[in-house]
Amino acid sequence: MVEALIFYMFAFVLIASAVMVVVSRNPVHSVLFLVMAFFNTAGLFVLLGAEFIAMMLVIVYVGAVAVLFLFVVMMLEIGKVSMKEGMVTYLPVGLFVGLVLLAELVFVYLGWEMAEGAADRRLFPTPDASEVANTHALGQIIYTHNVYLFQISGLILLVAMIGAIVLSLRTRPGVRKQDIADQLDRRREDAVELHKVESGAGIK
Amino acid sequence: MVTFESLNFSPAIPEIFLAVMGMILLIFGVFRGDKGFRLVCWFTVFSFALAAVLLLHLADISSLAFGGMFVTESFAVVMKVIVLTGASIAVLMSMQYAQREKIARFEYPVLMLFSTLGMMLMLSANDLMALYLAIELQSLPLYVLAALNRDNLKSSEAGVKYFTLGALSSGLLLYGCSMVYGFSGTTNFNDIAIALSAMETPSAGLVTGLVFILAGLAFKVSAVPFHMWTPDVYEGAPSSVTAFFAMVPKVAAMGLLVRVTMGAFGGIAEQWQQVLWLMAAASALLGAFAALRQTNIKRLMAYSSIGHMGYALIGLTAASIDGVRGLMLYMTIYMFMSAGVFAVILLMVRKGQQVEEIDDLAGLAKYNPVMAVCLAVLLFSMAGIPPLAGFFGKLFVFQAAISGGFYWLAIIGVLSSVVAAYYYLRIIRIMYFDTAENELDRVEDTPSLFMMRGTAFLAVIFALIIWPLFHVLHEAVERLLAI
Repeated sequence: MVEALIFYMFAFVLIASAVMVVVSRNPVHSVLFLVMAFFNTAGLFVLLGAEFIAMMLVIVYVGAVAVLFLFVVMMLEIGKVSMKEGMVTYLPVGLFVGLVLLAELVFVYLGWEMAEGAADRRLFPTPDASEVANTHALGQIIYTHNVYLFQISGLILLVAMIGAIVLSLRTRPGVRKQDIADQLDRRREDAVELHKVESGAGIK
Repeated sequence: MVTFESLNFSPAIPEIFLAVMGMILLIFGVFRGDKGFRLVCWFTVFSFALAAVLLLHLADISSLAFGGMFVTESFAVVMKVIVLTGASIAVLMSMQYAQREKIARFEYPVLMLFSTLGMMLMLSANDLMALYLAIELQSLPLYVLAALNRDNLKSSEAGVKYFTLGALSSGLLLYGCSMVYGFSGTTNFNDIAIALSAMETPSAGLVTGLVFILAGLAFKVSAVPFHMWTPDVYEGAPSSVTAFFAMVPKVAAMGLLVRVTMGAFGGIAEQWQQVLWLMAAASALLGAFAALRQTNIKRLMAYSSIGHMGYALIGLTAASIDGVRGLMLYMTIYMFMSAGVFAVILLMVRKGQQVEEIDDLAGLAKYNPVMAVCLAVLLFSMAGIPPLAGFFGKLFVFQAAISGGFYWLAIIGVLSSVVAAYYYLRIIRIMYFDTAENELDRVEDTPSLFMMRGTAFLAVIFALIIWPLFHVLHEAVERLLAI
């Protein structure tokens, strides 16, 4: 009973904040609602007994990604009005397409049929918590069983990094950078000149 | 209990080698800077060649690796060797163009290498998760490459457009995967096939999932109705990158499509045959009619490639050994012919500026007969005029369609290839019968010149070498379908 209540609370707040992400006028508010959505998702994961994923969600998404979003939104200075342009023209079409898709999915759901033994074939059934800890089991799946997928994901991230650098790094001429080696190399003789100035004559 | 040792790395050695080479070249490039561009290019080609050698050593082994997620057999090996050949040609052709256009950055060949690696993984994917990740690894470098000329508005637009639509297609694909997983309880292709064989009539959910997966893959081969990105991306991306787009990723995507349809979903062929029928017919028709009014040769090639994907899909629609073999032959020929035509496009320089209008070729035959003859041969071949290479591609595809009972599809294919012949011939007319107002420069771009002549030569002598190639492809397909 209590569990169901908590579930509905998390689920309701999650959906409500997800809606707010989309409709909120101020982009900063959108990001903050996104953070709220992540927190509630984490709550749902805890209810499912997946405490590790819940933890990662809070650390990675809330701690890193959402903060990064906030930075980007603040730096881009997206106008409050310009985001909503075209909303009126596209909304009916969007709603229509969404409704058609929803209707189709309902039909698919009503006619759903599983292959024989599909439920037993689920790839990684949850292990007994008394034998293997949740995090340990996940580690086995990710780093041993699915090491192939893990490595490809790593390559994809590497490519994403290369891509971001290629497309955005510019070497501008005339930028003064601090170079410690250059600074240490400098001798007194290179930088300082001593002149004997006669009074009233000045320096040429 | 899966242990690290039981994962069996050895079938994936060529891919591991390529990944390691990519990282080494990246480090090398970072130290040398963009001065090392040519060297990195050569090393990339060298790594492709070595990977092909490693692959051929594994050619006779048919085995699973990484717990069934990675499969290699002669079909995968043949397709990978074709992909590696195409990628090598694309890198070689890019070298001088990139320097002319000031996009010669060392990341360029490295990104091509990672994309090619993604294609190899696609061809070996035996699991929905592996399929998705391989597709992402293949596409991500392509988005970056499309936008590589970042000071050019069209290039940036091409990159953004490609990226956005690519993300959409990934979404569709993943959604389909989730449905198939929900139906069968597994993501492994072999297990999906087993789950399917236990069913008498396929459930609606499964078919919906299959359609979503096909839609996601159709994006990658730019089949109608998922072709919208192709003309803009082809036009906007730097020409050498467009050459790569046109030649290589589609071969890999077609190979993957074969594995998904004939392998995992072979049991419900009549379901996906309808989808492919429509895509094939629509692509062939759109490719033929939309290209008629193009004035930009890169846009024209985009529509032409949509049409060619339609013909290749006709082979797959037949869902037979003949059909798949016809598709493989078609893709091989298509890749070489595109390489030749793009070599010519890369050589279209006037007063040091790249030009890409069809009218810029006017009178080419008068002042540069060799280039005109080569292009004419390549275009005749693409139009499917015997005895050039393209004719054989179309012949075997249509033959498979007819023996599979798809008469209408074959008729649509033949008719649209007649329409398509018009615009290929129009280019030839412009080259031979129009007068030149401004001549094109003579560019000393040895790799591109070599590719132009080599592929034209290949198109002419193809009738002589078709049988050994045919034999190799036939054996590969037979083994694929026997498993």
